[in-house]
Amino acid sequence: MTANAVEVQNLQKSYDGVEAVRGISFEIRAGEVFGLLGPNGAGKTTTVEILEGYRRPDAGTVSVLGIDPRRPTLDWRERIGVVPQSGELYPNLTVLEHLRLFAGYYAQPRPVNEVLELVGLEEKASAKTRTLSGGQRRRLDLGVALVGDPDLLFLDEPTTGFDPGARRAAWETIRSLRSLGKTILLTTHYIEEAQRLADRVAVLRRGEIVATGTPAELTGVAPASRISYRKDGERIDLQTEDPTRVLHELTGEALRGGARLEALEVHRPTLEDVYLSLTEETE
Amino acid sequence: MRLLLHQLRAEQRLFWRTRELAFFTFLLPIVFFLIFASAYGDEEIDGADGYLHLLAGMIGYGAAATTFAGLALLLVIRRESGVLKRLRATPLPAWTYIVAVLASIVFVFLLEAVVLVALARLAFDVALPGRPFSLFAVLLLGAATFAALGIGLTALIRSAEGSSAVVNALYLPVTFISGAFFSADAFPAALRAIAEVLPLVHLIRLVRDVMVFDQAAWDRPGAVAVLVAWCLVGSVLAVRGFRWEPRER
Ligand SMILES: Nc1ncnc2c1ncn2[C@@H]1O[C@H](COP(=O)(O)OP(=O)(O)O)[C@@H](O)[C@H]1O
Ligand SMILES: [Mg+2]
Repeated sequence: MTANAVEVQNLQKSYDGVEAVRGISFEIRAGEVFGLLGPNGAGKTTTVEILEGYRRPDAGTVSVLGIDPRRPTLDWRERIGVVPQSGELYPNLTVLEHLRLFAGYYAQPRPVNEVLELVGLEEKASAKTRTLSGGQRRRLDLGVALVGDPDLLFLDEPTTGFDPGARRAAWETIRSLRSLGKTILLTTHYIEEAQRLADRVAVLRRGEIVATGTPAELTGVAPASRISYRKDGERIDLQTEDPTRVLHELTGEALRGGARLEALEVHRPTLEDVYLSLTEETE
Repeated sequence: MRLLLHQLRAEQRLFWRTRELAFFTFLLPIVFFLIFASAYGDEEIDGADGYLHLLAGMIGYGAAATTFAGLALLLVIRRESGVLKRLRATPLPAWTYIVAVLASIVFVFLLEAVVLVALARLAFDVALPGRPFSLFAVLLLGAATFAALGIGLTALIRSAEGSSAVVNALYLPVTFISGAFFSADAFPAALRAIAEVLPLVHLIRLVRDVMVFDQAAWDRPGAVAVLVAWCLVGSVLAVRGFRWEPRER
């Protein structure tokens, strides 16, 4: 047993000439939430579906829970859970019937009542799927993926299209899964989501990983902090790697001269700044 | 085995809950039988009792409606909505799933045939089939043939939206020219020639011979051979064309 739940080396995949994934490598440690962050078309779904065994890579090696997903086994499927980016369930079955149906496919399912509670659908247990809202359907997607009590969970854009309240609720759920010890691969194009949920993030841009690290590590590297203020009605912007010293000098000077630094602000770089600078088109 | 029963029960629930599907494939042949049999069942059709003629025709129509049209629609809708793809990620073995789906739709068809025979007996005093085993064998052969063709057909349908139009446009005209509703004698020779090549006319003929003329299924090797041939064609198409993932994207 390796400590890594997922290992990907030099993975490549193209679709008739379109290079969707261009030689990426990363690993996901057991028990961590790994965020694959990138704009639409970056290659997130392609990568995830290769790990799930739906698509075949053109080159590279992939190991998911010690198995090559090109040759999946039933035991391996017992241990993974999949929330696809899109897709429906049976419109005429209820929430509870779905969970029972899928629970029946696994040797050791998680009790359906627990799953209902985890995804917050207790009140909708006997509602037919076609009467559910978009957010409730997405939670049922998660429930169906969880009912087999998997070790590794793939979540492909689990909160896309949610309103802010629903997104926060979904984040709570994902956090509680993490504390159950599950390994989670989460794809998203929301920076905040990656920042809030992921232990480590890989930023994907046009099929390439342009940065990997914890959210703190990513924001620790460039770009620099920004200091801005107004002096004599003129707006001044400074960029610095050492905001403490620059701020000290600025304020000291202003105090001595009896001047005021109006609208003084210090911006720490957020993951968003990093993300935008990394995913910006360079040409 | 436990998994198979689990899935079979789910399939039955899904079928009867999908009201449109249950109505068009299970109920409609029964309703048509009652209507047509009351209208002209007491006349003689093709040298046979009109009731029996219609009964055989509606059983053939039922086979096409359930195991061909119903199965194809159900699979296309599940494929395009992503349900089949999701199932592939679970430990449910592919063959268990496919066997459960097939067994479920064949069960619906057999139930339909039983209801038709019982109604004919109760409402129109038609004698019960003298050779139940032969009848059962013929129905199973027909169901297998149409199910194979139904799965094969899913390969040609690209979207869930257009699927029922395509399926209906295929099997309803064939049902007519195969003489399910009334004698095919009135149709132009060209249409009848087309019908002769297709499996439904042979299935209806086999059912009729078993029920009306009390023949055993194997007394008509030609008809059996045509059905078996179509069953093989359908199986090849089914194995090559079946997809778990949506075709549209
Ligand atoms: N089945 C496919 N056939 C052809 N091109 C595809 C297919 N799937 C994805 N692509 C292309 O590959 C690129 C990456 O897509 P995808 O992996 O879906 O990215 P993401 O999930 O990050 O939005 C895109 O340019 C997309 O158009
Ligand atoms: Mg995607």
